[in-house]
Amino acid sequence: MIKVENLVKSFGSKIAVNGVSFTVERGEVLGFLGPNGAGKSTTMRMVTGFIPPTAGRVTVGGYDMEQNSMPAKRMMGYLPENAPSYSDMTVSGFLGFAAEIRGFHGAEKDKAVRRAIETCFLESVIHQSIETLSKGYRHRTCFAQSIIHDPDVLILDEPTDGLDPNQKYEVRTLIRRMGEKKAIIFSTHILEEVDAACSRAIIIDRGQIVANGTPLELRQRAEGAGAVMVRVLGVESGALRIRLAAVDGAKRVMVVNEEGAGVVMRVFPQTAQTGHELARRVGEVVLKEGWRVEELHTEEGRMDEVFRSITMPDTKRENSK
Amino acid sequence: MTDSIANIKCIAKRELGGYFASPVAYVFTVIFLLLTGFFTFMLGYFFERGEASLTYSFFVWHPWLYLFLVPSVGMRLWSEERRSGTIELLLTMPVSAWQAIVGKFLASWIFLSFALFLTFPLVLTVNYLGKPDNAAIFGGYVGSVLLAGSYLAVSCMTSAITRNQVVSFILSVVGCLFLILAGYPPVTNLLVQWAPPWLVEGVAAFSVMPHFDGFQKGVLASNDIIFFLSIIGFSLFTTGVVIRSHRAG
Repeated sequence: MIKVENLVKSFGSKIAVNGVSFTVERGEVLGFLGPNGAGKSTTMRMVTGFIPPTAGRVTVGGYDMEQNSMPAKRMMGYLPENAPSYSDMTVSGFLGFAAEIRGFHGAEKDKAVRRAIETCFLESVIHQSIETLSKGYRHRTCFAQSIIHDPDVLILDEPTDGLDPNQKYEVRTLIRRMGEKKAIIFSTHILEEVDAACSRAIIIDRGQIVANGTPLELRQRAEGAGAVMVRVLGVESGALRIRLAAVDGAKRVMVVNEEGAGVVMRVFPQTAQTGHELARRVGEVVLKEGWRVEELHTEEGRMDEVFRSITMPDTKRENSK
Repeated sequence: MTDSIANIKCIAKRELGGYFASPVAYVFTVIFLLLTGFFTFMLGYFFERGEASLTYSFFVWHPWLYLFLVPSVGMRLWSEERRSGTIELLLTMPVSAWQAIVGKFLASWIFLSFALFLTFPLVLTVNYLGKPDNAAIFGGYVGSVLLAGSYLAVSCMTSAITRNQVVSFILSVVGCLFLILAGYPPVTNLLVQWAPPWLVEGVAAFSVMPHFDGFQKGVLASNDIIFFLSIIGFSLFTTGVVIRSHRAG
């Protein structure tokens, strides 16, 4: 549905987006991750046709965004960053306008507005003017605008920004549900959202794609992916450490905690795939020594570790030169 | 084509609704009517003149009155869209930039014409007091609407340049002032010293005054109408260019 090829955008001498390519098919929810200023919003603005790319091509549903943008815009819903809306209008007036400009009239328009209001839980504020609403409601009003025509393609720039945890959960669930029938791109810097709602994620840094895969694949790129966490009672940390380091397939052992109930250690595997095998071996070694295992589990790898390791902050990058 | 008209209508309707949902419309209309009343009766000596005409008591003030009032309506047209970010929403809807520009412009123009229409008790008054040339009055109104449209188009252009409404207002007042003063001797004398004659004439040709005067005599000359419409057309076209250049970054 969405095809992005070698997209480049420069503002003066600054290159904001540099050679980004990806595709999103119907039934996919693509999470767009990256630090602030990485080029997420700029890329989304080009996909929606708001700003023209310096080079490259965007096609939505087969229509070129530059040559023939009208049919492409018709099949697309867009929630811009910060969820702008006409603050002097009422919620129903604003959604009515959005419906009308999408070609709905009369009873059809009322139906579209009502459906969007129900989906976004706006019943209690329909006659209120938007400027009197709280941030969460304003956000959902703009979100409602983007789905008013039940579009095939949805572009959401930080859809959960400014929502409380319950609302975040609802929006995420909504995105995942809608993603079954639509092609959705959404950006976020909340990493749990990728697991909660995405079928695939792209990490973008300094205008370039640095990772592209399913959430599981990305997590496996974390250093801690497949590491074995073990808590043992009645043993000195030094002795345990030496035994664990000798286990076949272990790369490195890290002491997590020595105080309190037992010693906690983390055993990193040589490759992420050896994870489950490693847990069995660690268990065998500890039991053979007659120590008591309180806890033993394999870690899946954490998204924030992946994120940190591939999108190095500026200060670190300067130091590593 | 029908799609375009539907889009323009939809945008104009929203914009016009926005005026009446906020205090802008009411404050503007009241101030406009108070000021026209003051100028007409106090400065224009409407009664003392003893003539059944609106030319020198009423219409003569419009270029100056509009100089401040029209930019106050037009200054927010695009700068507000840019400041609040709704421009991103509007231009990613299935609407082209020119439809949005024309729609927003028409809404403000209709609003200004509505405020002007509310001065019709003056027409009733002169008709009650004497026998005015109603064709001249009608012409004056047509000229006034076109004049307001020209100023508004200039405001529309300056509001696209900046997201700051104050800057937009000031630029717009200067632009409109130029349209008034372009043919005025002190300005042309300033140029005549050093500029080639074609430039002096070129600048003087921008003046709205001679064209506006024509209408007050009740003459709807095509060249006057075309003059105002081309100022509107040019300014709106420039608005489109400015908006496109912002998006291109």
